[in-house]
Amino acid sequence: MIHDFTYLKPGTLQEALSMLSEHKDECKIICGGQSLLIVMRQGLLVTDYLIDIKGLKELSYINYSENEGFKIGATTTHRMIETSKLIEQKCPVLVAVEKRLASIQVRNWGSIAGNLAHGDSSGDLAPTLIALDAKIKLASSKRSRIIPLEKFYTGLFETALEKDELVVEVQIPLVRPKTAVAYKKFNLIENDQAIVGVAAAVTVENGGTCKEARVVLSNAGVIPIRARSAEMALIGKKLAGPLLVKAGEAASGDADPVSDIHASEDYRRHLIKVLTERMVKQAWGQASHS
Amino acid sequence: MEKQLLKLTVNNQGYELYVSPKALLVEVIRDHIGLTGTKRGCETVSCGVCTVMIDDMAVKSCSILAVQAEGRHVTTVEGLEKNGKLAPIQRAFLDHGSYQCGFCTAGMLMSCEALLKENPTPTKEEIREGIEGNICRCTGYNSIVRAVEASAKGNYKEE
Repeated sequence: MIHDFTYLKPGTLQEALSMLSEHKDECKIICGGQSLLIVMRQGLLVTDYLIDIKGLKELSYINYSENEGFKIGATTTHRMIETSKLIEQKCPVLVAVEKRLASIQVRNWGSIAGNLAHGDSSGDLAPTLIALDAKIKLASSKRSRIIPLEKFYTGLFETALEKDELVVEVQIPLVRPKTAVAYKKFNLIENDQAIVGVAAAVTVENGGTCKEARVVLSNAGVIPIRARSAEMALIGKKLAGPLLVKAGEAASGDADPVSDIHASEDYRRHLIKVLTERMVKQAWGQASHS
Repeated sequence: MEKQLLKLTVNNQGYELYVSPKALLVEVIRDHIGLTGTKRGCETVSCGVCTVMIDDMAVKSCSILAVQAEGRHVTTVEGLEKNGKLAPIQRAFLDHGSYQCGFCTAGMLMSCEALLKENPTPTKEEIREGIEGNICRCTGYNSIVRAVEASAKGNYKEE
């Protein structure tokens, strides 16, 4: 059962930040609560104060510019992203990932920042956004800073957020020309949590060689993992079957998965290898034809 | 724990309740307001039996604090009928036998209603996606999909 807390509902971001600054040692932020309330009910998380930012309309937006790409406010729901025609057009992988995230009910209420800040390494959005080179904007009452999403994750359910900081925005740069991003998770029930997932971003050069690559793994360790040896294996090479196998094996080696009731460590490594091959191939193909 | 005033609109009726801020929406609907159509199931956002609509969106009331629904319109399965007449989707469920044990039905109806409000002419695939968050262990979903199709075709008018 949920332990008692004092409920605080700020009317503005400024108010939220000053509440956070005042109660930083004994508070948690709730937005949609689709992850938070589960762990609170299990008694895994106890807090004296709960600051509810769900109603902060000023943080609910999807902005786009030709120079900077997308800026998505913290309280923007998954469903807003999923149904955004502009995101579908400019960043289709994000819509594809959202459609397979949990259920419609969860996507209607849950927010992008809540998903990212919860820090569950089996999330789908974080690896996809890291493959897209997204940044995250954090603010406190005193300052704000923007860091690569990749640097946001520091440990098991731990992030770079200081106690008085709040996620306010996610920034996704324009997908560069001749670049594509693909994500696939493996699970037994569609839309369930990833047993593992792989996001791959590939940029091709004239002549068909791989100019840049990112391979990011979901649920393959305590945080989203960049499979750097897989990326190194791809860069400068031409697409070929053996190269995909090599990249898959490298990604499998970069992973640090656990064994649990869903899959053994060995099976996870195998899945990572297979999914890496498939996602790199898919992204490469799409990038070549873009 | 100190209770606080909560003003909630459920099925177009206003309620003023004193509840703890940690009360979940499903608890307030069932235990405080007494509308027991909405069920409690897994309570971990997995099964969908607690589905209600907030501002016409399907949501899982087991994982929303009741205070978060303040100022919004909550619709439960009891709110589907109008003037004592069942809603089109309810009659479609009856005609197509879209339930067996019935435990998922209230939530399933709310997901179907929300789907049809957003997309009045869904394809079979879209219907299946629309009820992806609701688990039914009896029907195998086919009869539910048929009921939504029939309702979308306009076979059931509001009475």
